[in-house]
Amino acid sequence: MSDTQHPDSHGSLEPVEEPIPNPGLHTHTWRPTDVDDHARRRAERQVSMLFGLSALCTVAFVVSYFTFKIGDNWDTFAGLGASTVFLGVFLGLALLFIGFGIIQWARKLMGDQEIVEMRHLAASSAEDRTATVEALELGIDESGFKKYKMVRRSLLMAVGLLGAPAVVMLRDLGPLPQQVENASKGTGLNHTLWGVGGTVRVLRDVVGTPIRASDLQIGDLVNAVPDGIFQLHGTALQEAKAKGAVIVVKMSPDEIVSQQGGDEDWSVNGIVVYSKICSHVGCPISLYERTTHHVLCPCHQSTFDLADSAKVVFGPAARHLPQLPLGVDEEGFLVATKDFQEPVGPSYWERDR
Amino acid sequence: MRLLNRSAGRLSRHRRGPLAGLVVLLLGLLLTGGIYSMFSPGARADETATTAEDIAAGRELFLVGCAFCHGQNGEGVLTKRGTQYGPALTDVGAASVDFQVGTGRMPMAQPGQQAVRKAVVYTDEEIRQLSAFVDSLGTGPGIPDASVYELPSDFTDEERQEAITRGGQIFLTNCTACHNFDGSGGAMPRGGFAPTLRGVEAKHIYEALLTGPQSMPSFSDGNLTPEEKRDVIAYLKETEADPGYSGFSLGGLGPVAEGVFAWFLGIGGLVAVAIWIAGHTTRSTKKKPAVSSGSTSTTGADA
Repeated sequence: MSDTQHPDSHGSLEPVEEPIPNPGLHTHTWRPTDVDDHARRRAERQVSMLFGLSALCTVAFVVSYFTFKIGDNWDTFAGLGASTVFLGVFLGLALLFIGFGIIQWARKLMGDQEIVEMRHLAASSAEDRTATVEALELGIDESGFKKYKMVRRSLLMAVGLLGAPAVVMLRDLGPLPQQVENASKGTGLNHTLWGVGGTVRVLRDVVGTPIRASDLQIGDLVNAVPDGIFQLHGTALQEAKAKGAVIVVKMSPDEIVSQQGGDEDWSVNGIVVYSKICSHVGCPISLYERTTHHVLCPCHQSTFDLADSAKVVFGPAARHLPQLPLGVDEEGFLVATKDFQEPVGPSYWERDR
Repeated sequence: MRLLNRSAGRLSRHRRGPLAGLVVLLLGLLLTGGIYSMFSPGARADETATTAEDIAAGRELFLVGCAFCHGQNGEGVLTKRGTQYGPALTDVGAASVDFQVGTGRMPMAQPGQQAVRKAVVYTDEEIRQLSAFVDSLGTGPGIPDASVYELPSDFTDEERQEAITRGGQIFLTNCTACHNFDGSGGAMPRGGFAPTLRGVEAKHIYEALLTGPQSMPSFSDGNLTPEEKRDVIAYLKETEADPGYSGFSLGGLGPVAEGVFAWFLGIGGLVAVAIWIAGHTTRSTKKKPAVSSGSTSTTGADA
């Protein structure tokens, strides 16, 4: 091909017959099991032996299930429970031997010649297609779907409306968030138990004892809950705890850089209380470092600086942890003077930001 | 009753005497001091008597091994940039020294993100002397007595079980965030880590709770009562004796260790076997005898 012929010879879209010669398939070579009868019979025995071993292991599994009792022999076999070990080993081997057998069968005995199967068109033949379209159109005409407009529209309306029961039922699975908003009960997304009835004592979680402000030392961390939570049960308890859990930390008062109360001081002698619920997706957090005053969320590594309004110093959280306005009652115990001033936990649609 | 009245009356006759004020003052001072020494943590836990010789010997040890970072009087050393080189030890107390030196964390081999547990450098006697010296520098909790961190031996089985259960709940609320559900430790920000609690002496766990070593928040007696701390330790010791119910616990580190096992040993093993199978082909140079070739199809080979 010279340069002058170039546009013509390449401009045409004539299919080129075999630009690269088809190498075809490799010539098939036989395996020992194909040509040697002894090898074939040996492979046959091997495969059936593997399947037989699998069956034996399954039997051994059932036997050990009834032989080794669960519950009192946790370290009888190599420091592990005999029941656990033998059940696991035998069931594993039973499956493994079936796998080994199938592989051995495929490699040694199944025919391994490569076979060419040519592609065929995915579409049906032209006659089939026209016949189908004709039948469909005949059906539409006969039913009068096009002709009787009122029938057609009323059917569409009836079927469309059937979606409504699903929507209504799903919507009624629970109350809407704004329906359960109740500041006096601490329910809903905006209220917690901390705002119920004047000042609420800060109780140690699990133990349920109130915390005396003067007893805490610098560096202390207390996981705490609002007073009244131990009287709740079931879903109400879970909801109250999911919103009301807090961490109480005490640091040197001059280490506190800023707080969320604006002009009000929400701390007591270096004690600050923040929501324990991460503002990212709501994991409970208390991985607190007393040296840096950072608290780390283990889920996505959001880090908050409790000495500086719990602002986000690292990670995906978009907002600080809400601070609880703290005070001391006449007996010297820590109390919340009012509820959180913003919703705790992760963002939702109706939230301001 | 009359006798009591009469003796009170006799005492009352001296109430305006010249020495009465002094006696009342002395009584008051004694009472205050007694109550203080009964309730203050430093004084109460100081079971092993420390003498002036101990403090002097501890000072010698301190000047050689600790003063380079912590200052000759434990006042701490600042770097030129104003950060801590070695923190002040004036108010850390004997418990802190016993924990840091007794677990080999101090003296540090080199400055770093955090002091790691290593072979203990000082003998028990030297640790006692060092603790005595640092305790003499200021306030701070003393080394706890075994009766504080061990369940009383006269507990019934039911009381023991109750204490262990309560300890477990406190542990799961306050400790698992950093030390993991199993007490096996975990990662912390900026290269730090919470160490494992497995195999740590009960005394050292109690001292760590009391003093809050390094980044760990403290759990002083105003935070968790001594009994609550004791129960947490009882729970840890109880679960430490538990066998691995489901086989190998893989260090009790949760999804990290289990994931490494599944991805590298499990899936890696499967890949290795698959490669081995594909890499070992058995082919013969022999041809099939002409007679039997008719029985097998040869369509593929000719295509």
